[in-house]
Amino acid sequence: MTPQIALPILIPLLAGAVSLLFWRSRSMQRFLAVAGTGSLLLTGLWLLATVQRDGIQVMQMGGWTAPFGISLVADLLGAIMVVLTGIIGFAVALFSLATVGRGHEAYGYFPLMHLLLAGVAGAFLTGDIFNLYVWFEVMLVASFALLILGSEKAQMEGAIKYVTLNLVSSVIFLVAVGLLYGMVGTLNMADIARRLATLQDDGMVDVLAMMFMVAFGIKAAAFPLFFWLPASYHTPPVAVSALFAGLLTKVGVYALYRVFTLIFHHSPGYTHEILLWGAGFTMLSGVLGAAAQFEFRRILSFHIVSQIGYMILGLALFTPLAIIGGVFYIIHHIIVKTNLFLVSGIVHRLRGTYQLKSLGGLYRSHPWLAVLFLIPALSLAGMPPLSGFFAKFIVIRAGIEAEAYGVTFIALLVGLLTLYSMIKIWAEVFWKAAPETRDAPPPAVAPRAMWLMSATVSGLALCTLYIGLNAGPIYALAEASAGQLLAPERYIEAVLGAAGEGTP
Amino acid sequence: MEPLIAVAIGTLFAAAVYMMLRRSIVKLVIGLMLLSNAANLLIFATAGMVRGAPPLVPEGLSAPAGAVADPLPQALVLTAIVIAFGVLSFSVVLVRRAWEIVGADDLDKMRDTDS
Repeated sequence: MTPQIALPILIPLLAGAVSLLFWRSRSMQRFLAVAGTGSLLLTGLWLLATVQRDGIQVMQMGGWTAPFGISLVADLLGAIMVVLTGIIGFAVALFSLATVGRGHEAYGYFPLMHLLLAGVAGAFLTGDIFNLYVWFEVMLVASFALLILGSEKAQMEGAIKYVTLNLVSSVIFLVAVGLLYGMVGTLNMADIARRLATLQDDGMVDVLAMMFMVAFGIKAAAFPLFFWLPASYHTPPVAVSALFAGLLTKVGVYALYRVFTLIFHHSPGYTHEILLWGAGFTMLSGVLGAAAQFEFRRILSFHIVSQIGYMILGLALFTPLAIIGGVFYIIHHIIVKTNLFLVSGIVHRLRGTYQLKSLGGLYRSHPWLAVLFLIPALSLAGMPPLSGFFAKFIVIRAGIEAEAYGVTFIALLVGLLTLYSMIKIWAEVFWKAAPETRDAPPPAVAPRAMWLMSATVSGLALCTLYIGLNAGPIYALAEASAGQLLAPERYIEAVLGAAGEGTP
Repeated sequence: MEPLIAVAIGTLFAAAVYMMLRRSIVKLVIGLMLLSNAANLLIFATAGMVRGAPPLVPEGLSAPAGAVADPLPQALVLTAIVIAFGVLSFSVVLVRRAWEIVGADDLDKMRDTDS
């Protein structure tokens, strides 16, 4: 019995339910937010330790054996993602204490946050493709409500685009699941993989692969399906933006990794070639979009898109080194991206705006904040010795070894343009003199809130430094995880048992 | 029976896409409704149309005799309907609030977040 597989789903669900019971008690909800996400992080670490020690962990829900019931499966990638969910959840919960106002909290900010985390953790741990759809929906509904918390005009407009495109993606996913069931007669991912391998390939498998690629491509914000992201991510309260930026698109990337290593890996010449081109265009369009923006969070939103390209590039090259790079990139990116959004939140709290033109002079007044910005910013651009350097280095090296020179060149160029964007923010927000303004400055930030916000950002910056300066063990972890991804028979064996023949 | 259902599903998808491409947000929501219904019908159809054959095991046997209806897609459809219902009721409320706050039901007028 291994309760740590189910706990990362149960803890946020329970924390959300209890927060709902304490609807009127602000302090209780705030306490539960920290306690719930903290214990999510701890169980995530416990799960990762178990998976590292004993291999892939499987739990059959309700005692039904594998292809009939719903299995929860934790392999290394899933466990790593759960740990990252815990880190981001904990950081955002702490940051929320200082920034999410009384008004948002009264409308259920914290219960929704817990629900979102439960959906994300469920998506990482499930071994059943229809169950994956259900967790996607849990996550989506929570994100819809979080996105419009506060009901401002921009939020409404962003939300309509976000909701529509994500629902379309869900429907495509659902249709693909239905057709897949019609072909193989099972929903368990391991069982699907086993049966598809024995099926005569009649082109239908490639069609289904493309449907999954489009569905998850919308969720992951890959080219040309990313337009909902820069239209909506800069509208909600900044803690929500940070949570979304860190986790939501990465669930799509995780689903792509899972499906295209476990189920649809038989014709990489077709599917992975399309992924490769998609990755190249995703990187390029994201970074060029960012170059044209002058709003702090919009620049960061476009950079999410371009960074997604690197992760998909790792999957598309489909060599062991490339998958290692992709997993490493996900680990690095989730922490860095959330941190950058949190820094933008502090800047907004101090100056009351996200527009680069109205900002300035922060290096003079808050030099420590400038340093805290530079760590994730330079890491995002790929400066050694920060975490982004190793992530980019592995992916690009894999590209050169696979002789995909075109995409590798794009990846290098995008690194340079990312640096340009980050320097632009640095110069406008921190370096240049503060512009003359007639607006009254926003009220001074309470020292306790300031301390909480900067502690959160420093903690995530320390994570970035830790990954950068201690890249060896993280690389080994990513390597082991890639090993599992590229040997799907180990996953299948863990879920269905060594025989795997017990089904009619 | 299957060809008829297939045509119906195709028509529903086409109608949904047409409605979603209109400028009015109310029509957008109608399009989303049709879209989820089309998907549900499609899953229902993947089970194959079997008439009057419930998946019951007769006494004394360990498996049902002859071809029976596959109950799993129906369970999936049930789940999908519930999820779609929840999500759609959210989008109806969203559209109403958006209309109140933006003061228009025209997607072309919702461009604040584009620049």
